[in-house]
Amino acid sequence: MSGLRYFAALYGTLTRTGIALQIQYRAANVIWMLGGIIEPVIYLVVWSTVAREQGGSADGWTPADFAAYYVTLMFVNHLTFAWVMHVFQFRIQQGELSFALLRPIHPIHSDIADNLGFKLVMLVVLIPAALVVAWTFEPRWNTGLAETLAFVPALILAFSVRFLTEWSLALAAFWTTRVTAVNNVYFTALIFLSGRVAPIDMLPGWLQTVSASLPFYWMVAFPVEVMLGRVPPGELAAGFATQLAWIAAALGMLSLVWTRAVRRFGAVGG
Amino acid sequence: MPQPAIRVRDLSKAYRVPVRGAGLRAALRSLVRRETRTVDAVREISFELAAGEVVGFLGPNGAGKTTTLKMLSGLLHPTGGTADVLGHAPWHRDKGYLRRMTLVMGQRNQLLWDIPVIDSLDRNRAIYGLGTDAYTSTLDELVELLDLGELIDKPVRNLSLGERMKCEFAAAVLHRPQVLFLDEPTIGLDVTMQKRIRSFIESYNRSTGATVLLTSHYMADVEALCRRVIVIHRGQILFDGELAGLVQTFSAHKTIVIDLGAWEGDLAAYGEVVSRDGSRATLRVPKEDTPRVTGRLLADLPIVDLTVEDPPIEDVIERVFNEEAAE
Repeated sequence: MSGLRYFAALYGTLTRTGIALQIQYRAANVIWMLGGIIEPVIYLVVWSTVAREQGGSADGWTPADFAAYYVTLMFVNHLTFAWVMHVFQFRIQQGELSFALLRPIHPIHSDIADNLGFKLVMLVVLIPAALVVAWTFEPRWNTGLAETLAFVPALILAFSVRFLTEWSLALAAFWTTRVTAVNNVYFTALIFLSGRVAPIDMLPGWLQTVSASLPFYWMVAFPVEVMLGRVPPGELAAGFATQLAWIAAALGMLSLVWTRAVRRFGAVGG
Repeated sequence: MPQPAIRVRDLSKAYRVPVRGAGLRAALRSLVRRETRTVDAVREISFELAAGEVVGFLGPNGAGKTTTLKMLSGLLHPTGGTADVLGHAPWHRDKGYLRRMTLVMGQRNQLLWDIPVIDSLDRNRAIYGLGTDAYTSTLDELVELLDLGELIDKPVRNLSLGERMKCEFAAAVLHRPQVLFLDEPTIGLDVTMQKRIRSFIESYNRSTGATVLLTSHYMADVEALCRRVIVIHRGQILFDGELAGLVQTFSAHKTIVIDLGAWEGDLAAYGEVVSRDGSRATLRVPKEDTPRVTGRLLADLPIVDLTVEDPPIEDVIERVFNEEAAE
């Protein structure tokens, strides 16, 4: 079987069974999803209130702008989300990793497929929730065909940056049993610097500089801003290039760390 | 002489484990200087398995059995020596090797817990890139051999331990591996299920000519499947040869079972009395004394029946390990 056909068939099967798996976990998944729905609604309420109290806008953002931003962010955050950092330690301890290492494919493939399965299944919850939020908060969209077309690659690249970065960081579990500490630092940075707490242009100047030099903005905020028409067309290409550069960096880190992680696993045992 | 399927030369594995005493002082000291100690799990072992051979790998807990199997399946990197399985160095884990071998661990499972068995098998089909025809015929055969018909559509969490183990085997050999490493494959199973697994291993070996290296605490597994055994203790090989030879080599005793009818006198003068149950008594005597003791028993006592047996293999092995441990 040729390489491409093999991978197409592989992903077809893994995603299909991944969906079956995620349907089994529906109760737990709905609880997970609630976090992803409630968080943007809270920030939306906060910033809309601030905008109204400041005479209709905060840093140029009206309540309708915030509504469009957070409804879009709800989708982007869901579609780029990954959970591998939370489960890797468990995997090593339970021996799941041993079986993964005995199979003739890299374990990242089944993670990607399970992740896609989860996202597809959970759209059933997310779409109605987003409609309710939109109906309540009356967003104003500046989105046309051009923005929508640019949004698709921005979203796929954002998912790749986030997934590959988190998969590499998850490998810390090979060296330390205190992965929770590593995770806390990462997720705190992510929530502030990816545009979830506030749109990046509302952050203090120095924090915007920090954000620009890290991958977080490119994981969530960038596709949101593309969708809302807040990225000038002339800057799109540079944006995609930056995402690609982060993907290359994450891939490089992943393959480097993975080789060492497996070597370490082989030295100390599972 | 055909190429051996598995060739192991001076294979060693040492682990570095942290040492820390009890108490606060020891805890603080470990902050400054981590002390480690080297544990030799496997020490320069060598053996070969011919293609198609089924060999029992025996030893007490912590002897190095699982460590060896993990090295041969590519999960662990040795600290010394070499191994060649089907022409591959296992720990390079190249895809060509992984497609030709399998590891079954009785205490661990590869099937996904919450979806039906058939979905897990389907994932393996896709991962190993099996063609539809090959997959269907292998699956049909496995369903038949392991009697999986009723189980295959159930989620794994709803299966009993024995049912799950049968399905684990199906998942493990779906890609028709040529080498099987089986680590306690029947652990915790009832006698009927043990037999089922055993007969499956036997028929898989017969029909595919696969090489099998198997560890088990149940001697019945070993007696049923393996003509040859390798005994490992404290990381070193104590014995490698025919199962029958193991008893010859390690047992310095024989067991004499006698039926004494109504006679109830003392037997201590003849040998160590292992058990006495009604008219039946079991004596343990040194091998070289057996003819003499048998003669005396027949001459002195009203014997109804007498048999001389080799002690059960379990007892022989237990004695070997205990004597080693006592040294």
